[in-house]
Amino acid sequence: MSTLEITDLAVSVSTEDGPKQILKGVTLTIDDGQTHAIMGPNGSGKSTLAYSIAGHPKYEITGGSVTLDGEDVLAMSVDERARAGLFLAMQYPVEVPGVSVANFLRTAKTAIDGEAPKLRTWVKDVNGALDRLNLDSTFSQRSVNEGFSGGEKKRHEIAQLELLDPKVAILDETDSGLDIDALKIVSEGVNRFREREGKGVLLITHYTRILRYITPDVVHVFVDGKVAESGGPELADKLEAEGYESYLPVAR
Amino acid sequence: MTVTAAAPARVESHLNPPPSYDLADHPAPTGREEVWRFTPLKRLRGLLDGEPSDACLEWDTTLPEGVTLSTVTAEEARALGELGPNERPAALAASLSGGAALLDVPAELECDEPVVIRLSGNTVEDLVWGQLLYRIGAHAKVTIVLVHTGAARYCAISTFVVGDGAQVDIVSVQDWDDDAVHLGRDAIRVGRDARVKHTSVSFGGDLVRLHANVEYDGPGGEAELLGLYFADAGQHLEHRLFADHNAPRTSSNVNYKGALQGQGAHTVWIGNVLIRKEAEGIETYEENRNLVLTDGCQADSVPNLEIETGEIEGAGHASATARFDDEQLFYLQSRGVSVEEARRLVLHGFFADLIRKIGVPFLEEQLTETVEKELAKNMLAAPGEFASALEGSA
Ligand SMILES: Nc1ncnc2c1ncn2[C@@H]1O[C@H](COP(=O)(O)OP(=O)(O)OP(=O)(O)O)[C@@H](O)[C@H]1O
Ligand SMILES: [Mg+2]
Repeated sequence: MSTLEITDLAVSVSTEDGPKQILKGVTLTIDDGQTHAIMGPNGSGKSTLAYSIAGHPKYEITGGSVTLDGEDVLAMSVDERARAGLFLAMQYPVEVPGVSVANFLRTAKTAIDGEAPKLRTWVKDVNGALDRLNLDSTFSQRSVNEGFSGGEKKRHEIAQLELLDPKVAILDETDSGLDIDALKIVSEGVNRFREREGKGVLLITHYTRILRYITPDVVHVFVDGKVAESGGPELADKLEAEGYESYLPVAR
Repeated sequence: MTVTAAAPARVESHLNPPPSYDLADHPAPTGREEVWRFTPLKRLRGLLDGEPSDACLEWDTTLPEGVTLSTVTAEEARALGELGPNERPAALAASLSGGAALLDVPAELECDEPVVIRLSGNTVEDLVWGQLLYRIGAHAKVTIVLVHTGAARYCAISTFVVGDGAQVDIVSVQDWDDDAVHLGRDAIRVGRDARVKHTSVSFGGDLVRLHANVEYDGPGGEAELLGLYFADAGQHLEHRLFADHNAPRTSSNVNYKGALQGQGAHTVWIGNVLIRKEAEGIETYEENRNLVLTDGCQADSVPNLEIETGEIEGAGHASATARFDDEQLFYLQSRGVSVEEARRLVLHGFFADLIRKIGVPFLEEQLTETVEKELAKNMLAAPGEFASALEGSA
């Protein structure tokens, strides 16, 4: 079972001119086994939503709640959230010089499971996950994300998703910067994850392209820090045809 | 065959005064001198007064077959090619040591096992003057590891005369007790086409101030000066490097990395490089990176390049002091890793490439462990951990 419930979430960041409200009351619930897509223009607050759920210290929660299977996510530290079953595939994965992918993955897996993975099967699992994401086995000896191309970083995120096996995955623009082949590979990785029992996905994207490979149960249009409209997959088609125009405040 | 003139003209430089054994040339510092301004003179505990003393460190040595250790007089050391003192502590050590230890690695000897010299002191009350001379014959290949432990007020002048085509790895580990004071000067003369790697590893001591100087005895010499240090609360760790490119087509590569934590932790890195007129076609790069783990620390980092010829292959430097990168920590934590473990990983990563570069396999693991222990350490942790870990495996 996994239900991620976001209720009236309000978030601000501190700026030179004082706090700035970015999320203005976000409400949505990802039920057991569901995939939700969030689509919205640049700067609408999509990454802010993703980071706030994951617990990035830059974002201050000013209201609302987030629960995972009833547990208060906002009361948890960043690593506790991950151990509770949340995973964030980042829009810009971070480089960690000197720390090998193999060491990183083993440390993360150990932290999440509370025990070290079985050595023999683990090496096979890692190589298998990398291979399915079209990353050859030399990647496991390279420093985390250092010198990876944009596409390799994204594929590495999905390899982690497969290995760490969270309850709910938040994918922040995992599709951007990918060529069509890489997009297919990443989508297949996400779909393999979705096939597992009861996994939730929050798929943040700017483009409808990825929704041809990953069919969401619910599509949310995200504008100016909140959900402007929700609907079925057909809502994506409407966005494809008309863009975000009609949701934006009538300027000028 | 020697190409350079017997006595190349010395460039007058206040950062690197000409060598002299005459104490009158090295007056006691006031602390205002450029070369002393970072050093807390009071904490030298009167060392620079130059009182005679016949106290010694305890020596425990492991010598590979063919390598010999003997004692010579100070005069003999000079005749054998000792590089003269550029500052007061080294001059005092040369005049008060009462003789030098001479380590001889014969020409063409290739040692599979390292020379290991463990030096330990009993108490900081002991004032110890040290003089060491290492002669590495032409085309010899050797690794020399020095480990300093215990406590003393120790002041030493060391010279490495490296023959043509020799390959030498030198590692000096400072794992002193909390109250030790250590002033050391290592000077290296790199033979034609020889390759020398010198690594300083400093964890312990109240005040440690070390020079690693390199000059060349002909073209084609390569020097790599590496350093790794970890300063805790109240510690002063100072590393002063000088690459004197006095011969053509020589190279120097300096890479020092340090971490600091705790109130009053202070590190100093001075990287001086001089490229003389005759040093055409040389290459030099120096880099110092510091990771500041807590408030209340200070990392001073001063690269300095003097160039007298335009005909060089490459010269560059980099110096950076940073805190833990929040984004790196967040990324690791978002994968379930606790903040302590995340810090450990990032620190491990910070030092990893350098530890690998030291290239002394039996040290690698211990260094990694020591770095992690330092991080885990609270104010009361026992010093000397590095040396005891080393005992188990060497
Ligand atoms: N420190 C800050 N100071 C001022 N504004 C900020 C700060 N941090 C974020 N913002 C603003 O918050 C808004 C939301 O940013 P966010 O990254 O969440 O957008 P996004 O929807 O993910 O955009 P994109 O599609 O470009 O990834 C943006 O307008 C951004 O400029
Ligand atoms: Mg974004």
